[in-house]
Amino acid sequence: MYLNTIALSPERIQRFQEIASTSIGPLIEGAIKYTIPLAIIAFSIGLIIAIFTALARISSSKFLRAIARVYVSIIRGTPLLVQLFIIFYGLPTIGITIDPFPSAIIGFSLNVGAYASEIIRAAILSIPKGQWEAAYSIGMNYSQALRKIVLPQAARVSVPPLSNSFIGLVKDTSLAATILVAETFRRAQEIASMNYEFLFVYVMAALVYWVICFILSIIQGRIEIRLDRVVGKTGGLS
Amino acid sequence: MISIQGLKKSFGSQEVIKNVDLEIEQGKVVVIIGPSGSGKSTLLRCLNVLETPNGGVLSIDGQKLDFNSAVSKKSISAFRRLTGMVFQSYNLFPHLTTTGNVTEGLTTVKGLSRKEAVKKAELLLDKVGLAEHKDKYSFQLSGGQQQRVAIARALAMDPKVMLFDEPTSALDPELVGEVLRVMKDLAHEGMTMAVVTHEMRFAKEVADEVIFIDQGVIVERGAPAEIFNYPKHERTKKFLSLLQV
Repeated sequence: MYLNTIALSPERIQRFQEIASTSIGPLIEGAIKYTIPLAIIAFSIGLIIAIFTALARISSSKFLRAIARVYVSIIRGTPLLVQLFIIFYGLPTIGITIDPFPSAIIGFSLNVGAYASEIIRAAILSIPKGQWEAAYSIGMNYSQALRKIVLPQAARVSVPPLSNSFIGLVKDTSLAATILVAETFRRAQEIASMNYEFLFVYVMAALVYWVICFILSIIQGRIEIRLDRVVGKTGGLS
Repeated sequence: MISIQGLKKSFGSQEVIKNVDLEIEQGKVVVIIGPSGSGKSTLLRCLNVLETPNGGVLSIDGQKLDFNSAVSKKSISAFRRLTGMVFQSYNLFPHLTTTGNVTEGLTTVKGLSRKEAVKKAELLLDKVGLAEHKDKYSFQLSGGQQQRVAIARALAMDPKVMLFDEPTSALDPELVGEVLRVMKDLAHEGMTMAVVTHEMRFAKEVADEVIFIDQGVIVERGAPAEIFNYPKHERTKKFLSLLQV
């Protein structure tokens, strides 16, 4: 008897079709209004933080190096979920109240900043010393050499790992559901709590993430081929 | 033109340049030779402050840097602009085309417009015989071509003196000639040049003076014919005999 109620009867399949057609809209809306913007904004801010953090970590100033190291260590050494809770549920207790979406932006940006800074630091260090010297030898100062010569090359080196970070970030944004951001996964939770079809609804949410990440990985592949051409790995004429 | 007084440079506890004095007159070509680890490259790299000397006074074309006291980054940058440097490993910017390599300093450092910079780059690339390669990236060029781009890149900044740090050592033998030819042309045009090299033929033909350095001191200096045919010091004799010149 019990088995029958969870079996895939024709009625149940029809119910799935109804749920699918009514819930796909909200799920995609969650993705377009929250998941994707959250990922893009947080990644952009995070990259800026990451560049400065990476520069601080390789700077000659002990003070800057220490600050950057502590920041990276704290962010990497604590769970993202805990960080989000501190920002959204913790800070109001000392009078700092931030809305769900900005809270998520802050949390994810800080997170991307710390992880991507390691990628960018490694990329900058991978550029041969001779490139700095050649830049200095034509009269550039540190910031010109960095902006015009080293970062453009480091950017190419860091594209593959950074695009992996971005895809990771898209999936991590589902944690924003816990701080009331109405993104894809929160929509799924709301829908499932009404119709109790947890498996079906969550699988649908998973599919939405998968489609986004699949598209991103295609874009990633294209960018890498183009960059390879410029730095000469493929030897193709441009 | 170039004056070096009491130059000192150490790496950790190792003294690489010990109190070197040297004058180079305008328009002269000085070839610096010496065994591996003698400090010849370091001397050259001190001249454009890629290595910061531990002491001494450098002066090029009336501009002075006194390393016996603190020297600001700004004055180092300004001083460096008097020199052009060519490296053993070319160090071309791989993300830029041949033209881009030459124009980068012109637009970024000298503030020229893109158009003016490209015009100047075309003249220089023509001069080093690479006009038809102006849109290529460094991986599409041979070593000799890359080094000639590097020379054009350095010349673009209108340096008062050109520094060459073993410019042909990384090249296949058949490509050495094209680079030396460009250097010879430069010398004949009256460019002041300091060249660290193992190309003794170039030294004999082009140098006004040859300087032999060993263990961080100038052991001997003189006209090429003098140094190569009648070396006075044992160390010079020994070094030259090993080179079989």
